[in-house]
Amino acid sequence: MDPTDGELIESVLRGDASSFEPLIERYSPRIFAMAHRYARRESEVEDIVQEVWLKAFQKLKSFRGEAPFEHWLMRLAVRTCYDFLRLHQRNREAPFSELSDSETDWLERFATQPEALPEDAEAARQLVQRVLEQVSPAARLVITLLEIEEHSVKEISALTGWSVPLVKVRAFRARAEMRKVLARIAREKYL
Amino acid sequence: MNLEQLRQKLIASARVSTPEPRVPYGFSTRVISRIKGCRPLDAWGFWAHALWRATAPCVGVALILGAWSLVTTLKSSSGSGNGAFDVAQEFENTLLAGTEFDSPDSLR
Repeated sequence: MDPTDGELIESVLRGDASSFEPLIERYSPRIFAMAHRYARRESEVEDIVQEVWLKAFQKLKSFRGEAPFEHWLMRLAVRTCYDFLRLHQRNREAPFSELSDSETDWLERFATQPEALPEDAEAARQLVQRVLEQVSPAARLVITLLEIEEHSVKEISALTGWSVPLVKVRAFRARAEMRKVLARIAREKYL
Repeated sequence: MNLEQLRQKLIASARVSTPEPRVPYGFSTRVISRIKGCRPLDAWGFWAHALWRATAPCVGVALILGAWSLVTTLKSSSGSGNGAFDVAQEFENTLLAGTEFDSPDSLR
């Protein structure tokens, strides 16, 4: 039988660093999936996940075991992703003239018949990535957690360490920020 | 163009595409070797290193202040003629000021 998270953590805290490896193997897929939402390049994704695990190892003493290890780890991962976004703020005023043909085509079809468009189109996925890169780190985080991953406001508050009213305010501002970016696309493309 | 509708359509498309939870080969081994390679933080070693590095600037500051006080003393002695005496006198006055006020003679 595989050792539990608690047993592995106890062993790591006693000084056996190799007991940390099964924990990495167990939870890395979830952290990789999360990091993919915030970073494009594979190397960036791997850097984020590695940073999460290094922090987890350094702060393992602060894990009290009251909540599952996974929850503690996901909080750490969300905060690391947020730090990454703040550190790598890209040029937010990048022009949308370099939209790919498929993205432009998707937008044009949306303008004519918005209801008929499929949601799983690759062009839409690329476009939403592009738009999310233009908004602030806080806006991107809150949109990803609230609207894409569909967490509740309370859950986001626990994950980010922000208060519930702050999450609501940031969500409101994030939607407005996203609409502003979309308005810029519409202006550049259709005016 | 309805921007809110466009926004919701894009969010829906992002929701549909869940990222693949793919872990690169040997990732956990790499992390563990990095963890084992990190030296634990030695607080005493950190202070010893910091203090040792601070030695040269401290010696430099002491030398500059020493030279400055020597130059000002020499300047004042060459200007007034009895500057060296003044410094010694002032030093003595400062040192003995307490005892002078404490003695009963000073109150008469």
